[in-house]
Parts: sequence; structure tokens; C-alpha cells
Amino acid sequence: MRDASPAKTYALHIGVIALLFALNFVLPDYHQGLFARIMALAVFAMGYNLLFGYVGLLSLGHAMFFSAGLYGAGLTVHHLGWGVPQAFVAGVVCGALLALVIGLLALRTSGVAFMIVTMMFAQVFYLLILYFAAWTGGDQGLVIQQASRVISIGGISLDLTDPTVRYMSALALFAVVLLIALALVRSRFGRVLVAIRENEERTKMLGYDTVANKLIAVVASGAICAASGAAYALLFGYVGSNFASIQYSILPLLWVLLGGAATTLGPLIGTLFMYYVTDITSGFTSAYLLIVGVALILLVLFAPKGIMGSIRERWLGWLP
Amino acid sequence: MPGRAERGALGTCLRVMHFGPHLLLAALEGLVTSAVLALTALGLSLVFGVMRIVNVAHGEFFMLGAVLAWAVSTAISGHPAIGFAAALVIAPLLVGLVAFLAEWLVLRRLNYNPESTIVATIGMLYIIQQLALTFYGPEARPVEPPFSYRILLPWFGYSGYKLSVVAASAILLVITWLVLTRTKIGLIMRATQYDRETAQAFGIPVERVYAGVFAIGAMLAAIAAVLIVPISQAHYLMGQDPLLLSFIVVIIGGLGSLRGTVVAAVLIGLSDGIISMFFSPTLAKIIATLVVAMVLVFRPQGLFGTAPR
Repeated sequence: MRDASPAKTYALHIGVIALLFALNFVLPDYHQGLFARIMALAVFAMGYNLLFGYVGLLSLGHAMFFSAGLYGAGLTVHHLGWGVPQAFVAGVVCGALLALVIGLLALRTSGVAFMIVTMMFAQVFYLLILYFAAWTGGDQGLVIQQASRVISIGGISLDLTDPTVRYMSALALFAVVLLIALALVRSRFGRVLVAIRENEERTKMLGYDTVANKLIAVVASGAICAASGAAYALLFGYVGSNFASIQYSILPLLWVLLGGAATTLGPLIGTLFMYYVTDITSGFTSAYLLIVGVALILLVLFAPKGIMGSIRERWLGWLP
Repeated sequence: MPGRAERGALGTCLRVMHFGPHLLLAALEGLVTSAVLALTALGLSLVFGVMRIVNVAHGEFFMLGAVLAWAVSTAISGHPAIGFAAALVIAPLLVGLVAFLAEWLVLRRLNYNPESTIVATIGMLYIIQQLALTFYGPEARPVEPPFSYRILLPWFGYSGYKLSVVAASAILLVITWLVLTRTKIGLIMRATQYDRETAQAFGIPVERVYAGVFAIGAMLAAIAAVLIVPISQAHYLMGQDPLLLSFIVVIIGGLGSLRGTVVAAVLIGLSDGIISMFFSPTLAKIIATLVVAMVLVFRPQGLFGTAPR
């Protein structure tokens, strides 16, 4: 990281957030909804990126953290009648705790074994959702009623089903996580993570506790992904087991690879790009998975650094 | 891997039988699963052992074998045995060709980097699955078994075809073992597996070995699928279970160990057959997956494998 210009960096990120804010008033209804979804899922991609991009740990099981947040929020609203803020916190806490347990176990492995172990834990999580269908709704899922998706603080009540409120809530979450991610990767901790990715043995020899740092990264990543899941459940009112399937572990990988691993804005760009590619192509083909597959192969073959990664390499060396 | 509906039917007839025959039937079913699983997992294990890459698309090669077997056997009229025999030859060859092309066009250019190849094979998984859905459709279609002889046991009749699947798979495993240990091709493969660079220095065409191994691995999965397709049915999503089970077998058996693979396949196949007859299949899968994940965490060399070099 050739980091010499914090002012430029912060200006760029604030600018992106301001642009997204402005888009709310310009975009047609359909695209406004799509953007809200993209921002919520970009948070998922950012959580994935923290682990994959910065620590270099390729997990194939992040769907379990996303769905821990999804179900943590969805089930507390559905069964316990919790309010929106409490349910959101419950979702994030679920994801963080799950990430702590998974991290303690999975970090004993590395490389290919780490991928397979995370995939298997995610598969167990997915099957558990199906097994406890009486509470989770199984593969049918649960719909969260509109009435329970209203935040009322004092005299003000915010209806999350209203398009503008939904857009702004997604943007708020996105903005907060983006700034957290930016601060995190510019911090000392962030640089230790990159050092672990580049050479774990050497980092250890320099006196850093690499296991503890990796564990913190897993928990942070899990919590961010859970925040995305919880927001998704509350904003779009549906929880279902397909969000826990292997496909939702692959998608954040695809988004991050496309946008650029280890870049702060890559996850948003990747999610946005992929969503619009599938949205446009779904007009004349239903072969959505074919596009995902071809995109994955083309990416690893020709653009392993992704969009933002290539831009950083060619033109803007200061890009975080 | 017998279909779920069939397991249900077995369950009904089991309730009227005594425990001994009951267990025998479960064991026979488990043995059929084991036989097919051993072949599929062997393919995965060969590819991992020699090339050091995880082929996530392995289950799709299995599925492709089954779907092509259906296509070949319906294209050929006459006695079902002729169609089946043709499928047993043509389907694996076509799958091998697809795998060869995938290796040549994609994996080789990635220089067999473990992480990039995983991403690329995930891509292949989606492509093959989607193409199967587009051209074959979402229906499950049966293939007629080449013969329908039933072996009469004192308690129940058992499909002779199922037993011949076990026999065929055993023969194929022995052939693979002989090729690996007694022929020059096997020696070259083992040398490449042991030390790629030294092998190359001794004039072994490592790239050609890799292409061959990748194709053979896929063909083993395809053969397994052709054998099983008269028992279960061809479906575009049928590759997922074999993929997960093969992973489990390869991990438990220890990577690159043929004997471990076979032992683990029998173990997993039998326990899968027996557990899912007495308990919910979902619960059985949860337990099996969790156990294997724990094995990987605490004993990464597998139960039968030796510590990696």
C-alpha cells in the first residue's frame, strides 16, 4: 500500500457515499430497489473481503455467517416479536459467536483444508436449518410481516418496507461498514493482516500473534456478514434456507474477485457489476448460473486482481 | 447411491422383516453405495494426489456421465443390454474428453495454483450444471438395466444387477491398483505425485501426465455414474451428494492412499446405508459432515493416511 494521501482516500469514500445518497432521488423505482439490495449484499462482500482479501484465507462457508445474521434477526422477530433494532443486534451477535467457534476450529487448518472445513461447517449449518424446519420454515422459509418491520423511536416511526426508508437504511449500513473497513485496513491491525497474507512465518517471527490476529479477523468478518444478513432479513422481509446454501458462499467470493480483492471499494463494484450483468442477461436467458460460472473462470484466468485491483495497479497506486 | 423413494419402499418392506435380514438388506444397499462411491472418490483422490488440486466439479463429471448414459441408451434401440454397454463405453470417453479440454484450456493456464483452480472448478461446476439443465431438462430419467435377474435369498429377492455393480466396481478398483503399481504409466504417475520437479528433470512430460490424470479421474466418476443410473435416475443435480461423499471418503481415507479410499468408501457407504434406514437422512448427513470436518480439524492426514511430507 503506497499510502501517502489520507485526504484523497477519505474524499473518495465520502464521495462514493454521497453519490449513492444522491442516486436515491434520481433512480427509477425498480433500480432504487435493486440498489438497496446491492448495498446490503455489498456489506456481505466487504465482510468476505476482510478475510479473503486481506488475510488471504479463502473460505467456502461464509453463507453460514450471512444466514446466522439472517435467521438471528428473522427468527427473533418472527417467534419472539422483538423490535427491529434488537433483532438486528441479535443477528450480528449470532454471527460473531458462530464465527468465534468456527474460527477456533477452522484456523487449526490452512490452505485447501481450510476451504473444505469451512464448506463442511456451512453445509452442517444449512442442513440444521432444514432439520429444524418447524422453527425455520425449512426450504420454504419465513416471511416477516410488514407490521413487525417498523422502527418506532419516540414519536417517529420508520417503515422499512417504504422504498426510500429501505434505501436509506441500506445506505446507512453500507456507509458505516465501508468506513469501518477503511479504518480497519489502514490501522496497524490491518497491516498485520496483510503481513500474515504475504508471509505468515515471518510475521510470527517478528513477534505478532498470528493466530489471535486471524481469529479477530474471522470474528470481524463473520459479524459484518451477519450484519448484512440481518439487514437483508429486516429490509426485504424474507428468510430462507437457500441463503445458507453453498451458492451463497460462492457469490461473495465472485463479487470480491470481480471487484478486486483487498480493495475497499471492490466489493461494492463487484456486487453492482454482477447484479446488473445477471439482471440484463436474465432478459433473454434463464441460464444465470452459466454466467456465474463463465465469469469465475474468466476472472481467475485473465483478471485475477479484479476491477479495482487492476485500476490500482495501472493508474491509481494510492487506492486503498 | 439408491434414490430416496426407493429407500422409503425398502423401509416399508423392512417393517415386516426380522432384524437379521433387515440388517442384511441394509448392508447390501450400503455395499452398492460403497462400490460406486469408491470409484468416484478414487477419481477425486487421484486428481488431488497427483495434481495437488481440489476438483470441485468432480460431482458434475459424475452427473454428466449419468446424463450421457441416458442419452446414449435412448438413442440405441434394441435390447437394453446393448444400449447400456454402449453407454458404458461412450459416456466415460466423452466425459474424459470434456475433462481433458477443461484441463488444457483452464487449469494448465492457472499453473495449478490451488486457490485459483478451486475457483475455476467452481465455475466449471456451474457451467456443466446449467448446460445439463438447459439441454437435458429438470426431469429425472431412468435408464433400463441391462438385465433384470433377481437373486432369491431365503428372506427376500435381491436385484442381481445391484450385485453386479459391486462386482464391476471391485474389478475396476483392482485394475486401477494394478495400473498404478505394476505398469510404467503408474510409475510415471507416482513419480509425478512424489516430486513434480524431479520427475520433470528426468524427462517425464508432467503436463501430459496431469491432463491424463484429470481425464482419468473424471472418467472414473463417469463410469460410477453409468453403473448407478439404472438403479437411481439421471438428474442434473445428482452430482452434489457424490461430491460431498467423495470429499468425506478422501479425507477419512487419507489423500492419495488407494487402500484408505476403498476402506473409507465401504465404511461410509455401509454406515450411510444403515444410518439412513434407521434415522432421518438429514440427521445422518449432519452427523457425517460434522464428524468429517472434525477429522480434518484434528487429524488432517486422515484416519488411515500418514502425515504429509
